[in-house]
Amino acid sequence: MTVEAKVRDVHHVDVGVNRLIVTPDGAAVDLPATGIGSTERRHDGDDKVTGAAKYAGEELPSGTLHGVMVTSPVARGSIASIDTAAALAAPGVVRVITPDDMPDLGAASVPPAAQSYMPMADLTVRYEGQPVAIVLAETLEQAEAGAALVDVRIDARDPVVFETAETVVPETEGNGYVLGALDPARGDFEAGFAGAAATVDQVYVAPTRHHNMMEPSATLAEWRGGELHMHDSTQWTYGVRYALSGMLGMEPGQIHVRCPFTGGGFGAKGYVWPHQVLAAVAARDVRRPVKIALTRAQCYTDTGYQPVVRSRVALGADADGKLVAVAHDTESVSSQFDDYIEFGNAGTRSLYPTPNLALTTRIRKADVGTPTAMRAPHEGPGMFALESAMDELSYELGMDPLELRLANYAEVDPANEKPFSSNRLREAYAEGARRIGWADRPMEVRARREGSRLIGTGMASAIMSTFRFAAAARVCLTADGAVRVEAGTQEIGTGTRTIFPQIAAERLGIDAEGIEMVLGRTGLPETGGTFGSSSTISVGSAVAGAADTLRNRIAGLAGGTVPPRDQWPDLLRRNGVSELVGEGGFQLPGDAPFDAHGCAGDHSMHTWGAVFVEMEVDEALGLARMRRCVACYSAGRILNPVTARSQMIGGIIWGYGRVMLEESAMDPRYGRYLSQNLSGVHLPVNADIPQDIDVAFIEEHDPYASAIGVRGIGELGEVGVAAAIANGIHHATGRRARELPIKFEALMS
Amino acid sequence: MDNFTYDRAGSVEDAARAGAGGAAIAAGTTELINWMRLGIAAPEAVVDISGLDLRGIARDGDVLLVGALATLNEVGTSDLVRADAPVLAQAALKAASAQLRNRATLGGNVLQRTRCPYFRVEAANEARVPWPCNKRVAGTGCAALDQPFSRAAILGWTQDCVATQPSDPVVALAALDAVAEVQGPDGAREIAMTEFHLSQEEGGLDEETRLAPGEVILGYRIPVDAASRGSAYLKVRERESYEYAMVSAAVCLDHADGAIRSARVALGSVAQKPWRLSRAEAALEGAALDEATVQAAMDAAMEEARPLPGQEWKPRLAANAAARAVMMAGGAI
Ligand SMILES: Cc1cc2nc3c(=O)[nH]c(=O)nc-3n(C[C@H](O)[C@H](O)[C@H](O)COP(=O)(O)OP(=O)(O)OC[C@H]3O[C@@H](n4cnc5c(N)ncnc54)[C@H](O)[C@@H]3O)c2cc1C
Ligand code: SF4
Repeated sequence: MTVEAKVRDVHHVDVGVNRLIVTPDGAAVDLPATGIGSTERRHDGDDKVTGAAKYAGEELPSGTLHGVMVTSPVARGSIASIDTAAALAAPGVVRVITPDDMPDLGAASVPPAAQSYMPMADLTVRYEGQPVAIVLAETLEQAEAGAALVDVRIDARDPVVFETAETVVPETEGNGYVLGALDPARGDFEAGFAGAAATVDQVYVAPTRHHNMMEPSATLAEWRGGELHMHDSTQWTYGVRYALSGMLGMEPGQIHVRCPFTGGGFGAKGYVWPHQVLAAVAARDVRRPVKIALTRAQCYTDTGYQPVVRSRVALGADADGKLVAVAHDTESVSSQFDDYIEFGNAGTRSLYPTPNLALTTRIRKADVGTPTAMRAPHEGPGMFALESAMDELSYELGMDPLELRLANYAEVDPANEKPFSSNRLREAYAEGARRIGWADRPMEVRARREGSRLIGTGMASAIMSTFRFAAAARVCLTADGAVRVEAGTQEIGTGTRTIFPQIAAERLGIDAEGIEMVLGRTGLPETGGTFGSSSTISVGSAVAGAADTLRNRIAGLAGGTVPPRDQWPDLLRRNGVSELVGEGGFQLPGDAPFDAHGCAGDHSMHTWGAVFVEMEVDEALGLARMRRCVACYSAGRILNPVTARSQMIGGIIWGYGRVMLEESAMDPRYGRYLSQNLSGVHLPVNADIPQDIDVAFIEEHDPYASAIGVRGIGELGEVGVAAAIANGIHHATGRRARELPIKFEALMS
Repeated sequence: MDNFTYDRAGSVEDAARAGAGGAAIAAGTTELINWMRLGIAAPEAVVDISGLDLRGIARDGDVLLVGALATLNEVGTSDLVRADAPVLAQAALKAASAQLRNRATLGGNVLQRTRCPYFRVEAANEARVPWPCNKRVAGTGCAALDQPFSRAAILGWTQDCVATQPSDPVVALAALDAVAEVQGPDGAREIAMTEFHLSQEEGGLDEETRLAPGEVILGYRIPVDAASRGSAYLKVRERESYEYAMVSAAVCLDHADGAIRSARVALGSVAQKPWRLSRAEAALEGAALDEATVQAAMDAAMEEARPLPGQEWKPRLAANAAARAVMMAGGAI
């Protein structure tokens, strides 16, 4: 069998699409054989698994120099001297760039620049791992050897870390990381809490974690005739253009960014980090293409992280379980130079109504790089706290945890009283409860034992903001009858090369197979970044619009009705048209470039889920394992059930990692992460994950969020998993774990 | 990573001579290359022994012979090993990942170094090591003492270093009373695997094993008896696969009619060497094979443990693991 044939074989393994989409009444929806809603296989799947797909790091134009960054081993200090003589004398080393060689750079707005501080622009060390010099050599090995020879002397000082920093109110003025009010409040929390029949007041900690994407960030910068060409592994081609244009003082149109495939990002490649700027600066300096591929260790310090979030949650309920008081105070770490805000109480704003609310959002500024968004930002770490506290409250009340959620069901968005664009959370709860067998769950803890293991089930709600970006797209019909979809968006592993042709196909009334998708390039119609679960909603709507335009133009040429597809080449030839183009766009109210959860319109937009897990705990050995997971979602229309299912499964595994394994522990004395490699930082492996992850979407068509009925799903899958697992462990053992990841000592008898 | 010369050894003698002269012996290179990449080792010469004929697994009378170049997958899937010393097969298969096990040899495995994250820091040269680590830069101190990582030793450590030996197979080899056959420039000798590794208390900072420079491990002699055939390995770790042990336990058990005839028990990842629980072994001889009796023996054995502050749970975990492993070997689980 050829590799391709083998790959095809694997593709046809049954992934269990039965009951993947269910009606609000819980009846299975039959999936169409083709078009939107069908289980169309990934168009780029074969290319990816056979290695035919070319990633940024694989670009190597002739004459390319390899750049290796020398980074600071200390977190705080100032550079006393840099001696490059030994490095320059090493074989193959062409140039060593130090802060002395840096041109004056302009400022870029943050975001798209990920942080306001540009290393090497001065002699200060503001975080461990910050670049202090770059060695350029003919081969990677020579550049690495040269980098080891650069003698950097740093006057080090004791670093400030999250634990030792002061808690401050983040600056909101001119801060691009402000996504909402810091301290929403209503009613009188203290009075409500004092009068509650049952209360919970606890602290929950979700630690700093890294994206740990498979492909480390890689950039290749090449100057041609005064214009800059970047081959970049990014989640936002246009963002790279804008950030570099600000810093290099160039017209945006002089900067061209290409990124046909991105090997995962999870947020690490959303904004623009110093190495991307340094590659461009270095390439201009030596007049040769320069490639900088981060080492795995550099991925821990040079492309952001999800900051630790410490949440204090206080809930008060009346005897019926209605929330009469809710407080959620969060503190997260940020750098000394940017006030990045992890809105840990984002989910608390819109999930449950309460008359008395008091939320605060604070940061602690430490000697670390600026954090960045990571799947799932804000709601991810914060919902662990809220949904753990809800479980605790249910035990204070003696009320079933699911009943407690239903007693506090939000019919409209509690944050602003707006109706939801569409919401099927109630049905998701019901479907999930049916599948896991929730009705048979005893309320008491430590009720089920199998040999040395205690078994328990837990649940949690999930909620995620809906982010939308303005987007444009083009659908073209060429003389030979081929259809091509064009948009500047990215493919980061989610399946955009499959989804967008499917959308165009439906609108054009043709098969998606064979529709070419051209993406990952500035110059193509502009879109936002592939983050915030926003690509399908935004770019998909633009593609639908473009396909509609094209269809109308085909109909126009044919005198009113669209002829069968096989007649399209002939139609074009007869009319002397070499290519017919339809343009489309996705506009937001007030022509805003960006909207979060429908702020700009009359409807509130979120996605929801109900996550149920069965856990087993071996108390003698301090081990917990997930046996089953059922997760049902309300996320708008599902365009492709199998790519959607893989997003959710990936999110659930991501969530399992958050609760049971992942932590980027920092030694506070040195301000350095203890491990900067995948041997010391544990991500889940297949053996951790049960085969039985049962995902379902409630059939839904959201008429407001997009032109195609969808909302976003990419981040939702991670939300709620941590709390469901911690709650399941509590049910099994009676133990509450309020600090993640859950460690041996928290589980041992 | 610095330049180095590379040679293939034509014979054990070649390798021993080169090793004595300072060359690094390379087998599967899964550890060696990591050390070179991390900045832990920078040998000027590498001598590759992977072409030597040291790979076989065979039975010789009452002794099982396992060559030093047998890979962990070969050891783990060998019918002989699975029948005569299942504890070793299980330990081998629970180590590392499938890809690594295809390269990693049993000779190299016992010479792997600690996973202490301070020691394993990526630093291209000594000046860039960001914290004290006596094993990394002599005389700098031990960063792990006051900020212990969870895999710190609970036995045999000193103020200079609290690192553990993380190997799985060494725990099995110690419980099996295996013997390493080694050959150096001055001839061959045998080293008991219970003696092969040295705790910090025994070896100070510089000596982690009794292997002398230039000595090549040829293979292991494993006495086969009822206890070795009734052996089991338990590895306790956060991640179900592809992770080092938090603690592990290897047990060789001979029992009949609910009574223990003899038990040999070794703990892994609790010290810089596999830790035989001789007191518990003596207590269990003739004792009933039941959970309470076994647990009591293990709890008593762990009284000598010295956990670092905040790790008081670890001796308990070790005792529980040892007790569980005995019950596994006894077929009760
Ligand atoms: C990511 C990762 C995860 C791992 N997980 C585990 C785990 O869970 N459990 C576990 O037990 N191990 C684990 N290992 C360690 C792995 O098993 C060892 O790296 C491997 O067994 C070493 O064998 P090798 O042949 O590759 O040794 P090499 O890298 O070739 O050599 C290692 C050392 O042994 C010396 N050496 C090798 N063979 C001989 C010989 N015959 N005589 C004298 N000296 C010799 C070398 O000089 C060198 O000092 C892991 C390794 C990695 C990289
Ligand atoms: S425990 Fe040993 S290896 Fe770890 S830091 Fe201390 S001296 Fe170094």
